[in-house]
Parts: sequence; structure tokens; C-alpha cells
Amino acid sequence: MTEDISRTETPLEMPSIVGISFGNKTSSVAVVSRDGSIELIANQDGDRFIPSALSYLNDDEYHGSQALSQLVRNANNTVVNFRDFIGKEYAKIDPTHSARSAHPVESDSKVSYQINGETVSVDTISARHLTRIRDLAADYLGVPVTKAVVAVPSDFTDVQIQALHEIAKTIGLDILQTIKEPVAALIPYTFQSVHPSDKISLVLDIGASRTDGAVIAVRGGLMCILATAHSYDFGGSSLDDILVDFIAKEFEKKYKVDPKSEPRAVAKMYAEAENVKRALSASKTATISIESLASGYDFHMSINRLKFELLARKVFELFTSFADEVVAKSGLDSLQISEIVLAGGTSNIPKISTLLSAKFGELTTVVSPSTSIKAFNTSELIARGCAMQASWISALDADDIQEIMQPSVTVAAHTSKAIGVQLPDNELVVVVEQTTAVPIRKTVVLPGPADDGSVLVSIAEADTEIVSRKIEKPAPSENDDDDDDLDGFEDDEDEEIREIKVKSAASIADIVLEDVKGGSKIEIVINITSKLGMSIAARPVGSSSAVRLETECSLSQ
Amino acid sequence: MATAELLVQLTHAAGQTNKVHGSPSPFVNRKIECAGPFFLSHARRILRGRTWSEDEKIEQAANFVATEETEEDDLGDEPEDPQILQHDPKEWKELDLYAALGLSKLRYKATEDQIRRAHRRKVLKHHPDKKAAQGAIDDDRFFKCLQKAFEVLMDPVKRKQFDSVDEGADVPPPENYNSKKLTDEEFIEGWGKFFEAEARFSKIQPVPMLGDMNSSKEEVEAFYKFWFNFDSWRSFEYLDEDVPDDSDNRDNKRHIEKKNKAARAKAKTEDVARLRSMVDAAFSKDPRMKKFRLEEKKEKERLKWEREAESRKAAEEAKKAAEEEAKRKEEEERKAKEQRESQKKNKEAAKNARKKSKRTIKAAAKDADFEVEVESLIEAMDDVQLSDSASKLSDAGDKKAAFVEIARGLVADGKIDASSFPKLLA
Ligand SMILES: Nc1ncnc2c1ncn2[C@@H]1O[C@H](COP(=O)(O)OP(=O)(O)OP(=O)(O)O)[C@@H](O)[C@H]1O
Ligand SMILES: [Mg+2]
Repeated sequence: MTEDISRTETPLEMPSIVGISFGNKTSSVAVVSRDGSIELIANQDGDRFIPSALSYLNDDEYHGSQALSQLVRNANNTVVNFRDFIGKEYAKIDPTHSARSAHPVESDSKVSYQINGETVSVDTISARHLTRIRDLAADYLGVPVTKAVVAVPSDFTDVQIQALHEIAKTIGLDILQTIKEPVAALIPYTFQSVHPSDKISLVLDIGASRTDGAVIAVRGGLMCILATAHSYDFGGSSLDDILVDFIAKEFEKKYKVDPKSEPRAVAKMYAEAENVKRALSASKTATISIESLASGYDFHMSINRLKFELLARKVFELFTSFADEVVAKSGLDSLQISEIVLAGGTSNIPKISTLLSAKFGELTTVVSPSTSIKAFNTSELIARGCAMQASWISALDADDIQEIMQPSVTVAAHTSKAIGVQLPDNELVVVVEQTTAVPIRKTVVLPGPADDGSVLVSIAEADTEIVSRKIEKPAPSENDDDDDDLDGFEDDEDEEIREIKVKSAASIADIVLEDVKGGSKIEIVINITSKLGMSIAARPVGSSSAVRLETECSLSQ
Repeated sequence: MATAELLVQLTHAAGQTNKVHGSPSPFVNRKIECAGPFFLSHARRILRGRTWSEDEKIEQAANFVATEETEEDDLGDEPEDPQILQHDPKEWKELDLYAALGLSKLRYKATEDQIRRAHRRKVLKHHPDKKAAQGAIDDDRFFKCLQKAFEVLMDPVKRKQFDSVDEGADVPPPENYNSKKLTDEEFIEGWGKFFEAEARFSKIQPVPMLGDMNSSKEEVEAFYKFWFNFDSWRSFEYLDEDVPDDSDNRDNKRHIEKKNKAARAKAKTEDVARLRSMVDAAFSKDPRMKKFRLEEKKEKERLKWEREAESRKAAEEAKKAAEEEAKRKEEEERKAKEQRESQKKNKEAAKNARKKSKRTIKAAAKDADFEVEVESLIEAMDDVQLSDSASKLSDAGDKKAAFVEIARGLVADGKIDASSFPKLLA
């Protein structure tokens, strides 16, 4: 019932500014096309999710999937997983995920690789990667691509962001803006409608080498990050490890040869593990098939989703408890999370959605392809968000962008509690949500009493309260579909029904409207200026005279 | 909460008055993410110091500005032929590769870049993954066709082989060009398009084009000279029968290879003959050639006329000169005669004047009574002196004094001797 006064703004088209998602594992590039739709651009191989990989053989450079396939025979000259090394000192990097490819080496206390005997810095590798990404976009668009919005992880330091800008500059690519990956991932689902509704979103980005989470408040279309968390210990590659172990064991059982002793065999297993993982997200069974895995033996076996989910159970639990951890960091209760936006390649796995839905309950919508047919592939979100952002800032020049990013604009006072209209029984209709930035103007229209007379509009601040009731016996969950789940997966303890209650706490002001006709509707406007002046106005809808009260708000230091 | 809200209702005041009871809990400074359209509005409000409603008004006005125009898309958007979408990738040789990529308008004119972009666009649309996502199972026929088309068209050698037999790019000669007389426009339009399409096969580029009715003779001649000597790269490997790959039947293999070679040579010869006959046909009926011949004839006539005109002019001039000469002579004679006559008249007049003067002088001498000496005096005077003296004497009162004066003048001039006139100059 609250009406958002924020302006209508449809994304404008600007075909030559692209949005780039630059992951350690995968990159994508997207553009808002003329009709306002967003296109993820495929490369020559037809890939829209392009492996962030470069491989050098003789004088040739391979990129994307072609580079990945070099991991079997030319691993030493194949670079993967380098994004997080940008702008970092060699001493501070975690080289775990470069174990089966070119190893990072120290050069000038920064990160480099030995490629065909030459030292190649991570900056050069990144520049090459961005060049290939840019060129494939330019190829497709038919116009030079010189500007981009690029997403970076929310823990990227200013030094790293600066380094990324510099790298892009060397190839003539102007990064107009970097935006945080969780923000980019949230954009496509938030700005689909003209008036984005207020919400608290948990963006869970499960990639390959890392898992990131962010709790973001969306208020009047403004986004504010309440908490972030990062894990570099688990992600999609943990699932690869599990599948590779599984394949190796099965192979050894059969042929009495350990394929893990042979680097090429390991590379082959990892490549296949990824394929199988993907296949199992789309269908319930898949075939593992590796030609000449070790000692000349082929490996063929079919695996179903259930088996995979069993194998991966521990890792899945890491993901869900990670989600809890981020929410806890935000100081909110999981009941206050209105939606979970699943991003990152690994989040395509249906079981992850199922587990999160069960964990967060009905008040939280899990948005992923397996819960909603309208949802995007989780791998697309970041590039899409960047492309949309690119289209919005396409009319701005570098100075404008500098200007809007200065603290006087980006740092704003936010409400610490929700403010609303108090009703009998201490119920409260929220008008201005908790964590809303000022300036803000919000309007609500409520029905007045049925008979003629005065109307009381009482404005108060809200308190949220979590009430929980214990339920004796856990009812068997009926809403889970046919694949009758792994028992004991969910908590078997006494089930709790938890609810969130919004109660009015401190009263702010009363407004009394006299002689109002019975059945009138009352419009209430709360306006808080950037100087923290607050005004509350109320009037019967259609009447020209309103009662207005003013007060001042304060800012905590 | 939405349903709960429908039930809510405000109440009557029960003793409350308009009153501020307190302020909200202290606000907290937080960072807003610089993303999304609403952030831009927020930034504008802060930076321009606008209030919420001012900002709304200004922006609404600004939103009326027309949406920016976008550059033309050079690839266009061709409708997809369902038959092509269903084409069996194994039969790729029968496939119109350009049409598959949506380039049936550009064809041999498509640049590598355009082919690449067209391919990418189609791949994006027809990628099997995408089809699978839409529920279709295992339909990668068209995708395979796309890959084949891309492979052939991006390879310059293979592309030439395909272009050689790309009927989609052929332009027929003008209709009934042999039987019917084409109008100038039909000729230029019809043959122009034909040669423009044929030009793609020329080893030498650029190729002179047919031009229009205003083309110069040199241009037209250069055009036909080029086309009579057309050097074509067109070749016919694309139509080869597949050579079997089995090494067992080497004879058969060799036989087919030989057959292919012969077929290619035959097709090539036929093609050269075909083009030649077309050039012949165009040449023989080229309205401009007729125009040039006509112009040449006229030019010759004009030159002849010019040459003849010269001698004519010479004769005329000679005649005119003769006439003028005669006229001049006549005039001369006339003038001479006039002169002679006037001389005669003058002489006579002078003679008369002299006579008159003498008479006057003599009469005056008679008056002054020195007739004896006057004859000699008259003898000594020329015509001028005579007439002067005559007029002096006729006007003079004292004739004698006048005579004396005249005689003294003559003496002073040395014309007479004073001693000869004793009477007068005593
Ligand atoms: N459909 C799918 N089902 C399951 N896993 C998938 C699917 N698609 C991609 N993945 C996995 O997702 C991971 C890549 O995710 P993503 O592209 O988000 O990573 P990234 O952000 O580039 O890498 P990182 O997290 O290391 O920075 C890989 O492990 C890949 O195997
Ligand atoms: Mg990522």
C-alpha cells in the first residue's frame, strides 16, 4: 500500500558500453540492446560463459574453452584463476587453484607466470583476457568497444580496483565504473519493474574457487550493503574435487590403477567433473565418459543427481551455513531476508536452492532457475547487471561519474528503525523502512473510520520482534518433490515456528484531522530532507488542506 | 502483510491533539552503492540541491526529449527460411550458405567482419544449448549448417569456390535482350546489373562498369575492351562429385577425379563462352555505340563542310579584294580628275584674279599717270603681290603714294631695281 515516489526511469540503450563480469573461473560480456533487452555475447566458440583462461602454444594464443582444453597437454603454459591476483603482492596470494596450471611466480614482489620460458605478469595476462573479451564484443556489435562497466568482488581493495583500471587502460578500454559483484547480481531482479519494491536481499554467489555473500537493503531503489562475507575455501571446485575423487576410486576399483598419479589423467578428470556437474544441474542423470584415462583404459559410468547430492552433501552444508553466517553478520534475522538471489555458476545446482528454501522458510523467496522459470541462469546475473548499469550511465562523462561517486553523494544518513502509522493493538503500518537513505519522501493512503468525526494519525517508530513457538512433533515435509531426500539432511530436532512482528515503539507525533467524512481515505506523507528535517502531513484524500507537523532527526556519531 | 494492510483502519481521536512527541532514533551514516537508476536520481537531488518535488518536475520535463537515435544496422534482419532451418547438414553443398547466415542480400559483397557478426548472431539464436533450454531435444541441424557456412565463407579459397556457383548472386541478362529492342533505360538498367554481378569474378579489380547514356566513347570502349578480355577466377570445384575415400578402389577414385577435372574444365569453357556471348550481345545492341557512330558521321560531315568552307571563303575574299581594288582605282581616278579639274579651275581663277588685279593696277596707274612704268612693275610681282597690290590700290585714296609704297616694297625684296622706275621713285 505504500506508494513509492521515486522516479520512473527506463534503461536507455547505448550499444557500445558493455558490462563485463570478470571471474576467476568464467567471464561474460553483455550489452543492453536497442530494444532494451540484454544480450550476453557469445564468442567464436558459441560460449557466453567464457572461461577466464589463456594458453600459449608455440606462437599461438588460446583463449576460453580452447585454452582450458590445453590443461591436459600444455598445463605449464596455461593460465587460469588469475583475477584475484590483480593488484596483489605475491606474498599475499593463495595459489591453491593454480596447482594444475601455470604456477604463479614472484617478480618484483608481484605475481607473474613463466610462459614458454618468459616471465609474463598477471597484468599482461589480464590485459590479454580483457582484450579477447572486448574484441569478441566489438566483433559482435560491429562497433569498437572502448567503454565498460566491470564487476569486482566486494572485497576487492582500492589498490586492486586501481590496478584493474590501469590494466584496462593499457588496451584502450575505459572502465567507466566498477561495481560490486553482489550489487551487479542484484540489479537484474531489482530494476525489472519501474518501482522496485523495498526488500532485503541476500546475494549468494557461489563460483568456482570462492563463495561470496552480501546482505543488501533496497530502499526506494537505492542499494546499501549491510554485510558481506567471503570464503576462499569452498566453491564449485570443491565439488569438482569430490567428483574427481569419486571417479578415481571407481576407476581404481575396476582397473587397479590410480589415475591420480598421472597429471594428464587428473586434468582429464577435472574437465569431465565439470561437464558432469553441469549436466546434473539440467537433468537427473549424466554419463561420466573419459577416453583413455590411465594405462590406456577408458572410463564410462553413469551417475544420477541423487548420488551426486549425496557425495556433495558436506559441501552443500558449507554453502547453507555460509548463508546463515552472512545474515548473522548483518545483524538481521533470517526472517527479515525477503529474498535470496543466487548467483555464480555453482548456484545453478537445484539442490542448493532447495536447501536454502527449507532453511529460510516461506517468507524468503529463493530466486534461481530451479525455483522460478523466469529466473536467469545464475551465471548471467553479474554481466547483465553491469550491462544495465552501463546503459544507465551511458549519458554521463568521466567527470559526472566522479561527481556522483564522491562521499557527499554516496554517504547518506539512513534510518535506523522503520517509521510508520500506529494502529490499535500497537500494530504499525510501515511507511519508511529501516535502513532508508535520506532524502526520502514516502506516502501511504489508509482508510479512515466509517463514521464522520475526527481522525487520528499517530506516527511511531517500529520495533521488530521475533516470536517463536515450538512444535512438538515435526510433521514430515510434504512440499518436497519426488526425489525423497536424503534423510537427516534437514534438522530433525523439535521444529520451531518463528515469526516476525512489527510493533510500534516510541511515538513520534500525533495528527488529528477534524470533521472528516465517514469512509474517507487519509493520505499520509512522511518527508525527511538531507538536512534531517522531518515533516509529517496528513489530509483526507481530495482535500486541499493538510495538517503538517515538523521535527528534527539526529545523526549518531 | 499486504492482506493485513487491507484490514487496517484509522480511528477517531480520543483526546489527542496535534503534537510532536519526539524524534526517530538517531540516523546512521551508511554508504549507498553507486548503481541503478534511482541512485542517479538521488545523486542529482544531492548535487543540485533540489527538493524531491522540484526534481520530479524538472526530470519529467527533461524526459520528453526524444530518445536518442541509433545507428543503422548494416546486416539487416532477414526472415529465416524454414526450409533452410531444416536443412540437412550432411547436404551442406546444396545449402545456400549466405542465406543460412542471413546474408542473402550482401552475399559476395559481405566483408569478413560482417560474416563473423552474422554468424555470431545466428549462433546465439540457434545454439543447441539454447534450444535445449527451450525444450527442443537434440536439434543441432541448423547449428551444424551455421558452422559449415562459417567455415566455408571464412576460408578465402573455399569462399571463392562457393561464390563461383552461388546462383543467389547471379543476375540474368535483360529479358529478351536478343529478340526485342530495349529502350536506353532498359539497356542501361538490365545490362548494368548483369555486368555488376559478373564483375565479382574478375581477377582484375576494380572492373569498369557499363556506365550510363552519358558515358564517353572512351569509357564505353574501355568497358568493352575489358570485358572482351575478361579474366575470370570462377571455377567449378564446388560441383565436384565426391571422390570416394577408399584406397581399395583406386581405379574408381582416379576415374572420378578425372571426370571431375574434365567437368570443371568443361564448365569453365562454357562459362567463358557464356560471358563472351553476353558481351557480344550487349556490344552489338549498345545504344551508345549507335549514338557514337551517328556522332562520328556527323562529325565527319562537319569536318568536310569546314574544309570546303575554307576554299569558299578564299574565293569570296579574292572576289571581294578585286572588287575593292576596282573601286579603289575608280575612286583614285575620280580624285585625280577632280584634282585636275580643280587645278585647272584654280589656274583659271588665278589667271582671272591676276587679270583682274592687273586691270585694277593698270587702272590705278592710269589714274596716277605713270602707265609707262607700270608694265614692268606688274611683271615683277607674283600672284599674291598682285592681288595684295590690287586691293591696296583700289582702297587707297592717294594712288600714287600707294604705288610708291608697293614699289619700295618690291625694291626692298630685291624684285626690282629703283633706277628702272625714275618716275615713280624719283
Ligand atoms: N550449470 C551448472 N551447474 C553446476 N555448476 C556449474 C554450472 N555452471 C557453472 N558451474 C560451476 O560454476 C563454477 C564457476 O562459477 P562462476 O563462473 O560464477 O565462477 P567465477 O566467479 O568466475 O570464479 P571464482 O568464484 O573462482 O571467482 C565452476 O565451478 C563451474 O563448474
Ligand atoms: Mg565469481
